[in-house]
Amino acid sequence: MQQFLDTTLGGLVLGAVYAAFALALCLIWRSTRIVNFAQAAMAMVTTYIALSLINADVPYWVAFVAALAAGFGLGALIERVIIRPVEGKAELNAVILTLGLFMVLHGLTAITFGVQHRGFPAPVSTNAIEVGDTSIGITPFGILSIVVVAVVMAGLVVLFRFTDLGLRMRASAFNGEVSRLLGVRVGRMLTLGWALAAAVGAVAGMLIAGGDLVNPSFMDPFVIYGFIAAVLGGLDSPLGSVIGGLILGLSLSYVTGYVGEHLAPLVALGILMVVLLVRPSGLFAAAAARRV
Amino acid sequence: MFAVEELSAAYGPVKALNGVTFTAARGQVTAVLGANGAGKTTLLRTVSGLVRSTAGTVKLNGKDITRTATEKLTSYGLSHVPEGRGVIAELTVTENLRLGGLHRATGSEPMPVGRVFELFPRLGERREATAHMLSGGERQMLVIGRALMARPSVLLLDEPSLGLAPRVVSQIFDLLRGLVQTEELTVVLVEQNARSALSIADHGVVLNLGKVVASAPAAELAADEQLRHAYLGF
Amino acid sequence: MERLRSLLRPVTSVPLARHVLVALIALVVAMAVIGSSSQYLQTRYAEMAYFAIAAGGLTLLTGLSGQLSLGHGALMAVGAYAATLVLERAGGETLADVFLALLTAIAVCAVVGVVVGVPAARLHGPYIAGATLTLAVAVPRLANQWEALGGEQGLQVPVPRASELPAWIQDLIWFFTAVEIDQYSFLAYLGWLLLAITFVALANLSRSRVGRRWRAVRDDDVSAELAGIHLGRARVVAFTVSAMCAGLAGGLMAMNVRLTAPGAFTITLSLTLLAAVVLGGLGSLTGALIGAGVLAFLPHFATDLGESLGFSATQAAEVTPVVYGLVLMLVILLAPAGIVGSLRPLLARISSRTSSLGATKEKTP
Ligand SMILES: Nc1ncnc2c1ncn2[C@@H]1O[C@H](COP(=O)(O)OP(=O)(O)OP(=O)(O)O)[C@@H](O)[C@H]1O
Ligand SMILES: [Mg+2]
Repeated sequence: MQQFLDTTLGGLVLGAVYAAFALALCLIWRSTRIVNFAQAAMAMVTTYIALSLINADVPYWVAFVAALAAGFGLGALIERVIIRPVEGKAELNAVILTLGLFMVLHGLTAITFGVQHRGFPAPVSTNAIEVGDTSIGITPFGILSIVVVAVVMAGLVVLFRFTDLGLRMRASAFNGEVSRLLGVRVGRMLTLGWALAAAVGAVAGMLIAGGDLVNPSFMDPFVIYGFIAAVLGGLDSPLGSVIGGLILGLSLSYVTGYVGEHLAPLVALGILMVVLLVRPSGLFAAAAARRV
Repeated sequence: MFAVEELSAAYGPVKALNGVTFTAARGQVTAVLGANGAGKTTLLRTVSGLVRSTAGTVKLNGKDITRTATEKLTSYGLSHVPEGRGVIAELTVTENLRLGGLHRATGSEPMPVGRVFELFPRLGERREATAHMLSGGERQMLVIGRALMARPSVLLLDEPSLGLAPRVVSQIFDLLRGLVQTEELTVVLVEQNARSALSIADHGVVLNLGKVVASAPAAELAADEQLRHAYLGF
Repeated sequence: MERLRSLLRPVTSVPLARHVLVALIALVVAMAVIGSSSQYLQTRYAEMAYFAIAAGGLTLLTGLSGQLSLGHGALMAVGAYAATLVLERAGGETLADVFLALLTAIAVCAVVGVVVGVPAARLHGPYIAGATLTLAVAVPRLANQWEALGGEQGLQVPVPRASELPAWIQDLIWFFTAVEIDQYSFLAYLGWLLLAITFVALANLSRSRVGRRWRAVRDDDVSAELAGIHLGRARVVAFTVSAMCAGLAGGLMAMNVRLTAPGAFTITLSLTLLAAVVLGGLGSLTGALIGAGVLAFLPHFATDLGESLGFSATQAAEVTPVVYGLVLMLVILLAPAGIVGSLRPLLARISSRTSSLGATKEKTP
C-alpha cells in the first residue's frame, strides 16, 4: 500500500512534467501542423543556460526566468529561420528538419558544456516529505513542480480564452488566410506560438533537471514521452495533452515501480500504438477524425 | 471610391486576369459577373494581395493600395469576404465577430458585437455556438457581420449566394442593400448568380477569360439579351 | 565499340543481368581496393558496407513506399543481438557459424519487421516518426532488463579467425590481391560481398512489379487503393524487407565492433542512418552508398577538425553528430532531392542509364 501510494505520487509529479512538455508540442502542432522533435533538445539547451547562471551565483529563480526567456527567444528564432521555409510543405520535410535540429543542438551543447553529468540545484528540498515517522513518496520539489505546471497551464488558458492576442493566435492557427484578410499578422502569431511553446518546454526542462544530474542527453526520453503524451490527448487539444501527460506519467511510474525500469519505453510504445490504432484522434477527441 | 486599373495577374504561365479596369462608386453595389473560371475570384484575391499582381493599380479613396500587405487592408477600410464563406469553424460566433473588430479601419469607432446581432438576429440566438455548427446561410451572415465589425468603407464579397436556397439569397441581398444605404458602404459583389446580383446592383461588370467584356448600369445589362445569353446564362 | 555494345545488349537490357553485372564489376573493384588498404581503412570499408546495407533498406522503405523509419537503429540492435547469441553458442570460429549467425539475424528481423510493419503501415508523417523513434529508444533498453543479453556491459562477439577459413577462399583472395587474408580484411570482403548481393536484390525488387506498386502507394495512396493495390500489404512487405537489411547490417556490425551493448544503438544511430539516406537522396541506392561512405569516413575527419579547433577528445567526438544534423537540415532546406537527386538531371545527360531506384520527385513523399 505504501509503495502504491509512493508510486502514484511519483507518477503524478512525472505526469505533470510530461503534461507541460506535451502542451508545448501541442501548441506548435496547432499553429503549424508540425511535431517539433527538437523540443527536448531546445529545453536541454535552456536548462544548461540556467545552470551556467546558477553556477555563476545567480539566484535560482532569476536563472529560472532566464531559461524561460531564452526558450522564448530560441523558439522564435528557430521558427523564423529554420521552420518558416517548410511550413505547409510535405510533412516529412518538417520531421527530418526538426530531427536534424535535435542532433545539432545536442552536439553543440555537448561541445560547449561537455558530456559529463553535473548536479543541478533545486530551490526547495528534494527529500521525501515525512509524516510522523513514515516518509511519503513526494518531495517539496515535486509539489512545486505540480504547482508550476498548473500555473503555466492556467496562464495559457487565460491567454487563449480571454485575451485578444490569444484570439489572434488561435485564429491564425486554424485559418491563416482568413485571419490575414481580417488584418491579423499571421506570421508573427506563428512565431509567437513557437516562442511560447519553447518557453513552456524550458519550464519543463527546469523541473526535470531540479535536484538531479544533467548531461546533454538528460532530456532525450522526453522526445518520445512528450510526443506520446500529446498524441494520447489528440495533439490538437491542450487539455488532452495535460491529461495524456498525467496518464503516461502514472503508467510509466507503475511500470518502473512494479515491473522494471527498462521496460518503461516499451510500455510507452505499446500505449502509443494502441491509441494510434484504436483511437486515432486521441483519447478525448470529440468527433473530428484524424488521419494518423 | 474604389478603382481598379489595368490589373493583371497570372498563375504561372496562365494569365488569369488581363488588364481589368472598373470603378465602384461610393454607396453603390457593383456586381462583377461571369462564368466559372472567368477570373472573378482572382480579381478579388489580387486586390487583397493574396495573388500577386503583374501589372496595374488598385485605388481606394484616391490612395494607391496595390501590393499593400494583405494584413494592412482592413485598416485602410477594405474588407474581403472570401469565396466559400471563410468562417473560422473552430471559434464561436462571438469570437469570430470579435476577431473581425480587432483590426478596424483607422480612426473608426469600434462596433459593438450587439450591433451585428441586431442586423442578424439569427446570429444573436447562436452567439455561443461554435461556427462549424452553423448552417450555410448563418455562416454567410456571420462572415458579412464579421467584415462589418472592421468598419469598412469598401466591402468585397465573393459569391455570397453559393450553395444557398433562393429564399436565403434574397434575404441576404436585401440586407446588403439596406447596409449600403445605412453604412455608406461601397460593395463589390462577385456573383455567378447574375440575375439576383443585378436585381440589387447599381452597376455591373462582366468578366470573361480575365477581361472586362461589358461594364454598364445594372438595368442596362439586365436588358441586353445578347450579352445575357453569351455571358450571364439567363 | 558498336559491336561490343550489341554483344552486351542481351545482358544490359535485362534488369537483373544488368544489376548483376554492375555489382560484379563493383565488387571486383572493391576487393582490389580493400586488398591494398591499411588495416584502418579496411575497418572503415567494412563499416561502410554495413551502413550501406542498412541505409539501402531504409532508402527502399522511405524512398519507395514513402514511409519513414527512425527505428532502424533498433532493428540493427535486434540483428546484432541475434547474431551475437548464435556466434556465442556455435563458437563462431568458422565461416558456417558466421553465415548461420547472419541468417538468424535476418530471420529474426524479418519477424520483427512484420510485427512492427503491420501497425506502422497505418501511420504516416509525424506519427510514424514518433512511433519508430520510440522503438529506437525502447528496444536497446531491453538488453538492460535481461541478464542473458549482457546488461549495460553487453556481450563479447567471437569473430572467426582468418586461419580457420576454407583453404580455397584464402587462395582465391591471395590470387586476387596478392595479400594474405586476415581478420580485418575478411570482414571487409564479407561486408562488400553481402552488400553487393543485397543491392542487386533491392535494385531488382524496385524494378519489379512489387516496386512499381510501392511507388504507386508512395505517390498517391488513394488512387493506388483504387487501382486495387492493397496498401497495407505493400507497406508491410517494404517494411519487412528493410528490416531484414537492418538485421543483416546489425549482424555485421556486431562482428566488426566485437561488442554488442545497448549503448551502441542510440537514437543518434537511427538518425545517422536517416542522414545517410537523406543525404544520398531518398530512393536512390547509389545515394545510400554515398551516404554510408560519409558515415564511415566522416567521424575521423570531424574528430580531427574538432581537435584542431582545440576541443578535448570527448568534445571532438560530438562534432560528427552536429555535422549529420546540419546535413539533415541543409538538405531539406536547400536540396530536398539529396545529392543524387540534385545531380540526377546532370547525370541523366551524361548517361541515360542509372542504377537508381526510380526517380524521386522534388516533393519528398
Ligand atoms: N490557384 C490557382 N492555380 C492555378 N490556376 C488557378 C488558380 N486559381 C484559379 N486558377 C485559374 O484561373 C482562372 C480564373 O479562376 P477564378 O477562380 O478567378 O475564376 P472564377 O471566375 O472565380 O470562377 P468561379 O465562378 O468558378 O468561382 C481559371 O482558369 C482557374 O482555373
Ligand atoms: Mg470564384
